[in-house]
Amino acid sequence: MNRFAELLDRLAYEPGRNNKLRLITGYFREVGDPDRGYALAALTGALSFKHAKPALIRDLIASRTDEVLFGLSYDYVGDLSETVALMWPKAALAAHNNPPPPSLTEVVTTLRTLGKTELPRQLERWLDELDETGRWALLKLVTGALRIGISARLAKTAAAALGDKDPHEVELIWPGLVPPYLDLFAWLEGRGDKPVNRDPAPFRPVMLAHAIEDADFAALDPADYIAEWKWDGIRVQAVAGRDERGHINARLYSRTGEDITGSFPDLVPSLRLPGAIDGELLILREGRVQSFNVLQQRLNRKVVSPKLIKEFPIHLRAYDLLGDDENDLRELPFAERRERLERFIAKLDDPRIDLSPTVPFGSWEALTAARADPASAGAGEDADAVEGVMLKRRDAPYLPGRPKGQWWKWKRDPHIIDAVLMYAQRGHGKRSSYYSDYTFGVWTAGDGGDELVPVGKAYFGFTDEELLQIDRFVRRNTTEKFGPVRHVVHEADKGLVLEVAFEGLQRSPRHKSGVAMRFPRISRLRWDKPPREADRLETLEKMLKEEAAEIEV
Amino acid sequence: MRPQDILLPNAAGLCCKPGGFHIDPIRPVERAVITHGHSDHARAGHGAVLATQETLDMMRLRYGEDFAGSTQAIRYGEEIRLGDVKVKFHPAGHVLGSAQIAVSCKDTCIVASGDYKDAPDPTCTPFELVPCDVFITEATFGLPVFRHGDAGDEVRKLLASVALFPERAHLVGAYSLGKAQRVIKLLRQAGYDAPIYLHGAMETITHYYQSRGIDLGELRPVKGMKKAALAGTITLAPPSATSDLWTRRFPDPVTAFASGWMRVRARARQRGVELPLVISDHADWDGLTATIAATGAGEIWVTHGQEDALVHWCRSKGLKAQPLDLVGYGDEEESETPIQGETEA
Repeated sequence: MNRFAELLDRLAYEPGRNNKLRLITGYFREVGDPDRGYALAALTGALSFKHAKPALIRDLIASRTDEVLFGLSYDYVGDLSETVALMWPKAALAAHNNPPPPSLTEVVTTLRTLGKTELPRQLERWLDELDETGRWALLKLVTGALRIGISARLAKTAAAALGDKDPHEVELIWPGLVPPYLDLFAWLEGRGDKPVNRDPAPFRPVMLAHAIEDADFAALDPADYIAEWKWDGIRVQAVAGRDERGHINARLYSRTGEDITGSFPDLVPSLRLPGAIDGELLILREGRVQSFNVLQQRLNRKVVSPKLIKEFPIHLRAYDLLGDDENDLRELPFAERRERLERFIAKLDDPRIDLSPTVPFGSWEALTAARADPASAGAGEDADAVEGVMLKRRDAPYLPGRPKGQWWKWKRDPHIIDAVLMYAQRGHGKRSSYYSDYTFGVWTAGDGGDELVPVGKAYFGFTDEELLQIDRFVRRNTTEKFGPVRHVVHEADKGLVLEVAFEGLQRSPRHKSGVAMRFPRISRLRWDKPPREADRLETLEKMLKEEAAEIEV
Repeated sequence: MRPQDILLPNAAGLCCKPGGFHIDPIRPVERAVITHGHSDHARAGHGAVLATQETLDMMRLRYGEDFAGSTQAIRYGEEIRLGDVKVKFHPAGHVLGSAQIAVSCKDTCIVASGDYKDAPDPTCTPFELVPCDVFITEATFGLPVFRHGDAGDEVRKLLASVALFPERAHLVGAYSLGKAQRVIKLLRQAGYDAPIYLHGAMETITHYYQSRGIDLGELRPVKGMKKAALAGTITLAPPSATSDLWTRRFPDPVTAFASGWMRVRARARQRGVELPLVISDHADWDGLTATIAATGAGEIWVTHGQEDALVHWCRSKGLKAQPLDLVGYGDEEESETPIQGETEA
């Protein structure tokens, strides 16, 4: 447990992706089975212990410490697990013959079988045996709140690196694996065969597109490409397959391979033909695609109520076919897969699943026109849900990752506003000496005349050279400092105007301005523009009204 | 005699009326008795200063030759009479030259401990327990969440990181008086014998430590080093420098910070620290409470830090306790004021 705790501790502070990978891979190399397998399970979120609730931990600490001292400490630290871990007064143990601290395996296997009533005493014993970091990790683990900025994908990538394997390979066999993953580690270390995924409806790592730049077109021949609309929904993989008894198993995966079937039970009955569809999840009302804001009402729901299902009817718009019954189609050229897809969708004949149409074009000029006006280029009334076009090479096989030159995305122009830099914060890792996180605001009428109200935060979009310029500006124009945050001068005639690009807008009670931006980034620095000429909140509210009408049923 | 007739806080600091002096005054006074060299305790501009030789030397290095009207050095264990009281210095274990000051008047003894720690430190004389009637304790880490553990383990954590990331530079933020030299010495004790690099602001005090016979191995100024040559090395710098422009001269630096505050994650993260090292020159909660109990004092005055929790603890143990409102002291590590010459060092 202590070695695992040390890993979590280090990961919690490490901002860099590559360094995180090295830390995790280093751990897998150094620590044997089955501990490392349970560590991988913990990092990928494959473990859960239903009895360990924060209230139980509060009771434990209350029985051991002075209430006032705990209160003052909790106030200071701000995190329950951490406070308890730090101030836990160890029971006076005998000077020798103490049990060694528990291993991670011991913790996991014990917790799996332990009843609710025995849990408090067992936790107490472990808390007595572990050191501060060990206690912290134990409490984070049992309450299921690791929150150390590690995705399941990153943990699997770190495991793959142990055997110099492609993370996609691990991803492919992952659904068939169970903790502590002895077969996986045996294969990664060259001691065993590659585990076979017996999942009837496995995830296939997705193929991604590059953003196209103006300069790219010169080297591309329109005849080599098929164009489709780029829908503003959620990329999913809908897989159906037969299990040993011949029953259809259907599953919906996010683009990272997360199983999201439970959130969309209304789509499952439609997935009755064995195969794997790559497509976009959308909300359709009376045959019309709704905006992303509408779709968002269905995301991250713990309970999917019949009312929700009725008011936000889910739909799958298909654009690729990766498997057709038993056949893996990924080696086939896209044009051929597209034909198979058209036949598959026709055969399925389901109102919840349709085909994403192709956009015919003969030249880049024609496609430019279609992208500028999707409504008259075939998207019709769904044009508002189009966020650009996709270009796919006719001869491209389906390759995991982001292979060069195969798929391109050509997004519609983003929304743009001019906002004023208000606060700046230091970045992390390589950027820790730079003020690289910016809060910007727009003008609104206040009690004492116009004032700036913050509308968003952005920390990318600028070049390295621009970062240096903003950093210099921040340092020379700081009006106040609060820890890592600097207030930057923002008056009508003094300040820096940032051109901010974003994809959409939402109402947000959490922001003082009442609006939240999707995907904001700095697109230009407007040194030329005085802050008084920056945009007003009314401009954003007008954009919001246009979108809000769609959400209300 | 009541203890408050011997020592009482006023605007200038802790005042001893019958002795005619202040302890660690924050404003210029006629006669000052100084516990140790940190700038929030040892200030310039007093008439006469009584302190250990090391503390006087450090004040001289920091403020120049004429930092006080006159000075008098006193050794640990030495007792002198000032007015109606007797003053005796005892090691506080905080930094080189740090002292607790026992003030006795008739049959009452008050110990003003300044900053202290009971944990081992190879760069200064160990803390000495002084039985007394009233114990004045600091409370920098006066919450039961602060437990500092073995500083040697923290240094091993640093060395493990250096081994894991040999192409990166390790920057260790450490206060330039005391902490930095302790970290260097601990690195040497852990078997690290490569040259250790110093930020310019570290050099004077570190060389002073060496001149007092503390062997710190080979130290080099980081100034003028090529970026690539700093891969795999350890550099000590003042805390405020580790998140500043200055760090751009290092290859992909790992930012470490040696401080008792590093025990709390939010504090470490707020500073952008990637490798927190829990190494403190103050007593932790266990150290504070054990020391208070061991002095045998029936009355405890608690100053600068988390007074509430410590006062509560004392009272729960049947000790008379009160917070002593002294302003102007704090952990120097927390101050963001740039240290002179730092930006260009």
